[in-house]
Amino acid sequence: MSSVPFSIGPAAQAAPVRPPAAQEAEAVGRPAPRPAAPPVPVKAEVRELEFHYGDFQGLKGLSMPVHERRVTALIGPSGCGKSTFLRCFNRMHDLYPGNRYRGEIRLLPDGTNLLASAVDPIEVRMRISMVFQKPNPFPKSIYENVAYGLRVRGEGNRRAIDDKVEQALRSAALWDEVKDRLQDLAFNLSGGQQQRLCIARALATDPEIMLFDEPTSALDPIATASIEELIADLKDKLTILIVTHNMQQAARVSDYTAYMYLGELVEFDTTERIFMQPKRKETEDYITGRFG
Amino acid sequence: MSEILEGHTVSRYDGELNTAHLQVLEMGGLVLDQCRQALEALKTGDLEAARHVLARERQVDSLELKLDETVWWVVGRRGPVARDLRAVMAFSKAVTDFERIGDEAARIAHATLAVYDDEIRRPSRKLLRDVQTMGRLALGMLADAVALYDTFELAGAEALVQRHHELDAEFQSSLRRLSTFILEDARNVGHAVNAVLLVKSLERIGDHARNLAEYVVHLVRGDDGRQDAVGDETGGAGTARAA
Repeated sequence: MSSVPFSIGPAAQAAPVRPPAAQEAEAVGRPAPRPAAPPVPVKAEVRELEFHYGDFQGLKGLSMPVHERRVTALIGPSGCGKSTFLRCFNRMHDLYPGNRYRGEIRLLPDGTNLLASAVDPIEVRMRISMVFQKPNPFPKSIYENVAYGLRVRGEGNRRAIDDKVEQALRSAALWDEVKDRLQDLAFNLSGGQQQRLCIARALATDPEIMLFDEPTSALDPIATASIEELIADLKDKLTILIVTHNMQQAARVSDYTAYMYLGELVEFDTTERIFMQPKRKETEDYITGRFG
Repeated sequence: MSEILEGHTVSRYDGELNTAHLQVLEMGGLVLDQCRQALEALKTGDLEAARHVLARERQVDSLELKLDETVWWVVGRRGPVARDLRAVMAFSKAVTDFERIGDEAARIAHATLAVYDDEIRRPSRKLLRDVQTMGRLALGMLADAVALYDTFELAGAEALVQRHHELDAEFQSSLRRLSTFILEDARNVGHAVNAVLLVKSLERIGDHARNLAEYVVHLVRGDDGRQDAVGDETGGAGTARAA
């Protein structure tokens, strides 16, 4: 019988195979290179975006990518333009006269410029939906709130609408709480439930991007936690942009963070980088509470 | 108060970080003094001084608890980020290193009592020479590390991280020399073993001083320089450090 100097246990057998680059690096006595992370696809590309409220310039030449199936947080002090920026994505500013856009927001992969005058804002809002600071359900039943966007889009098949309503309510983690009272007035729901209903309403039209404008600022910590959990689940399906004043919320829920000040994009990077080691002093001063 | 910790809109936050900072400095100063006194007791055979070091170990433990409490408070209440988070983490990690340095000082004090316990057979000066040489190097590193927590000076911290090579080389030489004492005369075994334990304690103090310097590098520079030494997650070769 051949002698075995030491036994090889299951743990040793299960050891991962060292990649060639790591073996080569060790052979020459330097640390092995970290495997490069695959690039994250871009869902929208913002280029030199400017926005004017009449004579006032709210956004000044913003350029940044919006990564697909990731959460991007927009942070900055009040009046810095983060909500203005968010609202450009679904042409909310079109509702008021005197507002002007310049630059582009290209939705990928088709390359549609969301700001082009030839692009119908209603179509844009079907692809990019929005959830606001305060829950704003329509004065209708729970069911009709979710079905509303589908009807606007021309869906007439009752069965299809039923399925879609259930699917949207499930995605918004609300189905189990409302499935037995779908015809109740939406206002009878609690604040957190109303906000999830608004999310379900936004999800019903299968948007590619969802915009959240301080979605939890009117909610208690428990309802806030459920919305944050929901955002984390939703990013498997769609791309999310969120405006928040809560630094810890931005750190918790987002993958990328953009810091804005006076209508300009000061810094855009991964959330980890922004909250651990921002490049710009202005960013660090803001997130560490040294602002102003 | 250091500039690196101040300037918050909420001035109480400045105050809380300042409290943690002062506690780190107090603990650093105490363990530095513990090491100095323990080595002096060993050099002079002053058993009373060695017992004093052992008695003061409770103070070190008490400061560790106080600083832990402050760190928990700041983390829980303020949710620090960026350099504030790095500062709080540096303080939290430094307290562990300081506590372990305190343990090493107590070990030196215990060893001093053991070495001088034998009235008949005192250790020769030659046998303890290596301990004193290692002691000077380790104390120098520790004093500089503690000073870094006052100044947060990056260049000094980066230089200190590299100084462990000198201590490591001296440690290896000490072990070789001490083994020759045993080979020369088997009656030296008892004292030689004590001397080996002492130089090992001093080598660990040097490693802790290096850790302390690395926390300052991370705090000031932002990136974690230790990754260069540790290698990547696939298992690059790293260098030993005090835990």
